[in-house]
Amino acid sequence: MSSIKIEVLGSGCKKCQQLNENVQRAIASLGIEAEVRHITDPIEIAKRGVMSTPALAINGKVVIKGRVILPEQIQPLLSS
Amino acid sequence: MFDPFYPFDWLAIQIVTQLFGLSLKSHLGASLHFFLYDVPKILTLLLTISFLVGTVQTFLQPEKIRNWLGGKRTIFGNILAALVGIITPFCSCSAVPLFIGFLEAGVPLGVTFSYLISAPMVNEVAVVLLWGLFGLKVTLLYIGFGVGLAIASGFIIGQLRLEQWVEPFVWELQKVRQNESPDGNEIEIPMTWTQRFQQSQYSASEIFKSVWPYVVGGIAIGAGIHGYAPAELITHWAGRGNPLAVPIATIIGVPLYANIAGVLPITEALVNKGMPLGTVLSFTMAVTALSLPEMVILRKVLRPQLLMVFISLVTLGIISVGYLFNAIL
Repeated sequence: MSSIKIEVLGSGCKKCQQLNENVQRAIASLGIEAEVRHITDPIEIAKRGVMSTPALAINGKVVIKGRVILPEQIQPLLSS
Repeated sequence: MFDPFYPFDWLAIQIVTQLFGLSLKSHLGASLHFFLYDVPKILTLLLTISFLVGTVQTFLQPEKIRNWLGGKRTIFGNILAALVGIITPFCSCSAVPLFIGFLEAGVPLGVTFSYLISAPMVNEVAVVLLWGLFGLKVTLLYIGFGVGLAIASGFIIGQLRLEQWVEPFVWELQKVRQNESPDGNEIEIPMTWTQRFQQSQYSASEIFKSVWPYVVGGIAIGAGIHGYAPAELITHWAGRGNPLAVPIATIIGVPLYANIAGVLPITEALVNKGMPLGTVLSFTMAVTALSLPEMVILRKVLRPQLLMVFISLVTLGIISVGYLFNAIL
């Protein structure tokens, strides 16, 4: 199975770091292969059509915008 | 006047007078009472209101707002933007993506600015604290003048036709976006009521966790000022006798990136010592609406001229509002 490409979008405030942490924890729990990029440049974030951070994109599709979600809520998104 | 927090007041008085045997008129007694009354009052208000506002916010995604505001070129757009800004959360880190997103979708420049001014200025933490510390009337005046300022400034910027002072790449992005299908690369996950409450519980607790040390610290400093600082010192520098108090307070507040939760309890103590409320409200507006980090971030999308117009307009507006407040209150 090819590895999942995950992008955490956020300019570095606490919420964005929290989402990054939660993503790492979700990946660790599931034990899957994933490539995680933390995008902090606000212009890159805007180019992906995101208007409020933090946001989460999986394999190029933005799935969560403007809020932090828990590792337990991230896991099902990664499995599908 | 009926004070819904009277139980906290009563408890604070009991602790100070019965447990510690201090008079409320003594320096230590007054300080302690201030601290013990304000801390539970403010924290309770904070939790309740951020939970309620958080629930409302789950219905207001930026995309929806952007769609509402798109193409509304008249002052009605500015009014709508400023009003919506009241309820929506705002993180300085989202300022640029939000700005770009709005412009890309055809929200006029002036309307975007009305939102950019209103959203950070009228936020739930500031409102909760103003209400808890200064009462409902002051809070409503703050919201009213804040929204008015957002509408006026945004409208003026729109009328001045300053679009050429937005960094050109933003308009390039707009052309690219319009060629793509709207929302083409997103999967919308609709929320159930349980998820909404989970979300508002989470956001309320996040706000609480990040803000409570500042609230307690600010109240402690405020308690010290309340019990110990001589009123003459405060009124001399910041009182009604100093006509420059409002501009000075505003200019100090503009670049500050301070946590308003810590600052407001201190200002409550200063007000009790004679600082005019209008000066405090100007300071609050200046601290929340603008900050040096936000200006640095906005420089990525605004050319210096537009940034200067934006900052000057808002600063002048806040100073005017401050004088107006002092005249009314």
